[in-house]
Amino acid sequence: MAGTDAMTSGRTHAPSVGQRITRIEDGPLLTGHGEFLDDIVLPDLLHCAFVRSPLAHARVDAIDVEAARALPGVHAVLTLDDLMPQLRSGRMPLGASPVGGQNKSTPFVLSDKEVAYVGEPMVLVVAESRYIAEDAAALVNIAFSSLPVVSDARKALADGAPVCRTELDSNRMSNFHVGYGDVDEAFANAAHVFEDELWQHRGCGHSMEGRGVVAEVRPGGELCVWSSTQMPHDVYYMLAGMLRVEQEKLRVVTPDVGGGFGPKYCFYPEEAALPAAALLLRRNLKWVEDRRETFISSIQERDQYWSMQVAVDSEGLLLGLRGRMIHDQGAYAPKPVNLPYNAVTAVTGPYILPAYRMDVDVVHTNKVPVSSVRGAGYPQAAFTMERMLDLVAVRLGIDRAEIRRRNLIPADKMPYTKKLQARSGASLVYDSGDYPAAQAQVLAAAGWSDFAERQKKALDQGRYIGIGLANAVKGTGRGPFESGAVRISQDGKVSIFTGATAMGQGIATALAQICADELAIGPDSISVTAGDTARTEIGLGGFASRQMVTAGSSVKLAAKAVAAKAIKAASKILSVPEGDLELDDGYVREKTGNQSISLGELARVLRGAPGYAFPDGLEPGLEATIRWRTDALSYANACHVAEVEVDPDLGQVTITRYVALNDSGRMINPMIVEGQVQGGIVHGIGNALYEFMGYDDEAQPLTTTFQEYLMVTATEVPNLETIYRETLAPGNPIGAKGVGETGTIPAAAAIISAVENALSPFGLRISQTPVSPEILFKLIKSARDAARQNPDSQS
Amino acid sequence: MQEITLLVNNRPYSGTVEARTTLADFLRHSLGLKGTHLGCEHGVCGACTVLVDGASVRGCLMLAVQAEGAIVETVEGLAADDGTLHRLQEAFSKEHGLQCGFCTPGMLMTLIELLRENPSPTETEVREAISGNLCRCTGYQSIVRAVLSVTGRPVGAAGDL
Amino acid sequence: MKPPPFEYVRASTLGEAIATLSHNEDARILAGGQSLMAMMNLRYIFPSILVDINELHELAGISASPQLVRIGAMTRQRAIETSPALAGVAPIFQAAVHLVGHRQTRNRGTIGGSLCHLDPAAELPTLALLHDCTIEATGPNGPRRIAVADFITGYMTPGIAADEIVTAVEFAPWAPGHGYGFHEFARRHGDFAIASAAVLVERAADRTIERVAICVGGVGSVPQRHVAGEEALTGTKGDEAAVALALDRCSQLDYVADFHGGEDYRLSVARTMLRRSLADALDETRSGKAAA
Repeated sequence: MAGTDAMTSGRTHAPSVGQRITRIEDGPLLTGHGEFLDDIVLPDLLHCAFVRSPLAHARVDAIDVEAARALPGVHAVLTLDDLMPQLRSGRMPLGASPVGGQNKSTPFVLSDKEVAYVGEPMVLVVAESRYIAEDAAALVNIAFSSLPVVSDARKALADGAPVCRTELDSNRMSNFHVGYGDVDEAFANAAHVFEDELWQHRGCGHSMEGRGVVAEVRPGGELCVWSSTQMPHDVYYMLAGMLRVEQEKLRVVTPDVGGGFGPKYCFYPEEAALPAAALLLRRNLKWVEDRRETFISSIQERDQYWSMQVAVDSEGLLLGLRGRMIHDQGAYAPKPVNLPYNAVTAVTGPYILPAYRMDVDVVHTNKVPVSSVRGAGYPQAAFTMERMLDLVAVRLGIDRAEIRRRNLIPADKMPYTKKLQARSGASLVYDSGDYPAAQAQVLAAAGWSDFAERQKKALDQGRYIGIGLANAVKGTGRGPFESGAVRISQDGKVSIFTGATAMGQGIATALAQICADELAIGPDSISVTAGDTARTEIGLGGFASRQMVTAGSSVKLAAKAVAAKAIKAASKILSVPEGDLELDDGYVREKTGNQSISLGELARVLRGAPGYAFPDGLEPGLEATIRWRTDALSYANACHVAEVEVDPDLGQVTITRYVALNDSGRMINPMIVEGQVQGGIVHGIGNALYEFMGYDDEAQPLTTTFQEYLMVTATEVPNLETIYRETLAPGNPIGAKGVGETGTIPAAAAIISAVENALSPFGLRISQTPVSPEILFKLIKSARDAARQNPDSQS
Repeated sequence: MQEITLLVNNRPYSGTVEARTTLADFLRHSLGLKGTHLGCEHGVCGACTVLVDGASVRGCLMLAVQAEGAIVETVEGLAADDGTLHRLQEAFSKEHGLQCGFCTPGMLMTLIELLRENPSPTETEVREAISGNLCRCTGYQSIVRAVLSVTGRPVGAAGDL
Repeated sequence: MKPPPFEYVRASTLGEAIATLSHNEDARILAGGQSLMAMMNLRYIFPSILVDINELHELAGISASPQLVRIGAMTRQRAIETSPALAGVAPIFQAAVHLVGHRQTRNRGTIGGSLCHLDPAAELPTLALLHDCTIEATGPNGPRRIAVADFITGYMTPGIAADEIVTAVEFAPWAPGHGYGFHEFARRHGDFAIASAAVLVERAADRTIERVAICVGGVGSVPQRHVAGEEALTGTKGDEAAVALALDRCSQLDYVADFHGGEDYRLSVARTMLRRSLADALDETRSGKAAA
């Protein structure tokens, strides 16, 4: 391990970092004893349902709740007016660090005057059971006057377009530019300029467990809120600001979280409404998002339109890239514009690009609000860059891998400073990585060089096979910090407390492994408490593939501090020089002699006894809390090669082989890393070929069940071949980089590259995802028709 | 309200239930067997899969009253009484066949049925068997690997490890 | 997503079930429940009474002889998929029913329920039409027999009265060793098909096609017999030209565009599925195994 001084000789427990150890999370989850949000049972718990807008844009003329209130078993039917005495504001606060230019962007706790998307929460029903709550919700009678709808972000900018909410002057929420270098000069001097219009459509996060909130009113005016969120501390700070409750009387806890994938990053209206209603009614309340609610109220992402031009020299070296991007923000913006900002600053990826300029419009539409879904802007960025490189390669007749090789940042230029800024304002510095070597390695593994021959043979048999590749870089480990505390209890049990959120990714096991090695114990004896604001005072949570780097670094340093303190205390108690002592299996022992003392005993001594002596020169407590600070990002990279076969009569794409290289620095637990990469790739396969959140021209959602919105199942994916490099991150004490999103980011680009390659006999170009079989069928048909009309143009 | 009597994980239960209560909600909220999860409530995701008279079913698409007299098996019944994991559970952990664990009970119950019918399924058969169970975390590969690592030996009733 | 309230009647006799239906306008039969329960959870439908016929065990079961196949309405799809007796005389059932939904839904879903739900893309209505099945439905006046062509009256609309219950499906199996093919294209395994094509073929000793049935599912509002395609093949030896003509005539079928595909696309998919199913059905090495 980078910079470690953990002992390795003669110890009971072999170091666990780097080992594929089974997870400490698994036992309860395998036996049905996990505790997810809906598993929480409290005395006299009441159940909630929301009445949601059936219209994409309408004025609310009247809300009649009388029939609903009269239904037996109903305790309350609440509108915003009813909740207002408990709230400082009826409008949600802007999440994360606020930046300017974003007035009137956040949603309402409940909407009672105007609704701006189908699914917007309007009325909260409280009843004895969810069944009755849903019965009552159906009885709430709302009179609406329809208002004009903005369904397409591009049309939303047109003169005279209706506004998505009447309080706005324009649907343009924000306009900004990023870039550097003299782009116009680059284009003026270019040997070749190519252009394309690209689109990635929106999909949902669809963790298998939806969102959910439980609010418990406790004696003494305390309020405990459980939420299935990635961001318990954020929920805590936001609620403290919104409710008329003192911060110190509030506690937010995440139970077991059944997947995050981005949508649980935001603070939602339901997370404010439930606690407010609980305070109002003085009752314990539960709301569990059902799947239809996920489709119409949980964050969606990826709807961006990119109009791009690329300038290259005669060898295909990049000279400049410019364009305009329209980001469909949906009806509200619960967060600042981080996502489109991520996208346009990530476009240049692992490549050297001398000049760059993007003009970005962030545009409201009458659709579900947009924030992050696994990748958070990076998949669109990778899709844009990789598709443009393929365009250059195809037009110039240069191999697609070769054009990338020529433009990749070479390893000897690391660390490499991009002339762009991260959203913290810090320069965007790629800390480490060998992109050309990574690409070469995966190409060799995937048989890239002999594919053309295989393709020709297949074509002779009438089969359309194709290969594609894509590179990606992901800034991981976003700061400014994450809390990590290590504490030894009087029985010697080691506990970790962190502001990181466990949402299925195995963070508890990975943190335990890091801690175990510092304390020379086994990781399975360590307990990890993540996501409890009463146990961890400040923290950030799960986003941007950050927790391994940030929480892992804090836990490592905290465990190291605890180890040092244990040695120091033992030295005093045993009268043995510190240098002669070592930690092993719960004891501090003499390296050569027979004396030892258990960590439990040390903890008992260090917790103090009333009025008795205390070891000289030591602070009380056998524990340490570290909040390792960082402003820099650790850049993970990936290179994926996909092989497909396309049936042109059906437009059917079969992924026949998938080889992915991932470099996320030090792998604390390679098994967990592999799981993240594989799951991420399959999410990307969904984005490329299956997942499509449809809306009609009136912004009515068309895909609100899992029969219409297609999640990838086990029968659609091949066995993924994953290979790994471990370029240690120089900027953090554990050498790790994040891995939660690197699998997803290049996947759609690689697959579409392969599909386009398979269909190269038709000379067609694919500039969007997802591509359904019918879309491909139509593309092939129009290519065939065009070829018939103009036989010379076919490539 | 309807009277029902049934056997769940070899324990008899009887009680009254509203007719519209789904089997999954009954198991979760009346019997406290919360390992059976609800992921979509329209019969697609498979998280609520339990065995009724040995056959895997969607717990959200069956009424509790329809389980009158039935033998029901849920994830809570898979491990031995002393906590020893079923070998399929063990394999899931060893091969990282679960991440968040929300789909896991449904996956396990679906696969228990498969393995009882066919102790040596091919990879294709395993993938088809779980094609009605959605998992967002794993990409399925590790689940398939877990199943293939325990094939070749007959799988009997619950508690057969 | 919880079902609305309803009254529940567990029928212990067929007569009781029919009487309950007769006396209650918006009562619904609960058979396998794999579509009905989902629609109730989504609150798309609000029946006042559910008449559960799962305890009518006499409605479940398969009897299969070379002369007659009779499948009780409450026979689970999984039982149809795995019945050796049925596979012996009508092997296409095994091939097609394997593609119905997923293991868990086939364990509950019934043939009667699937026929009455009558999704145009569902496999079992397509097979019923392919085999010219007779549907037996029982109402207050006793059982009656309905030709499948009369049973399929329109989009998801079975030709039975509100107080009738489908009790069985019957058909005469094709000759031993008949050729068969079933292919469908669905986005994912177990999804409703964008198009499916089912084919049965009987040949004379000189290989002339004496009898052929083609049914295309998924593309229109109901499954359709491809009569013009059958005519193109009857009396031929299944040569390339005859197959091409049958495929070409797919354009004569009705196509309905929806979210999953437009008319042109469905036509292309239907033609491709038919090509594959015909290839299987005309492959004599394969049909020889059919009876095995």
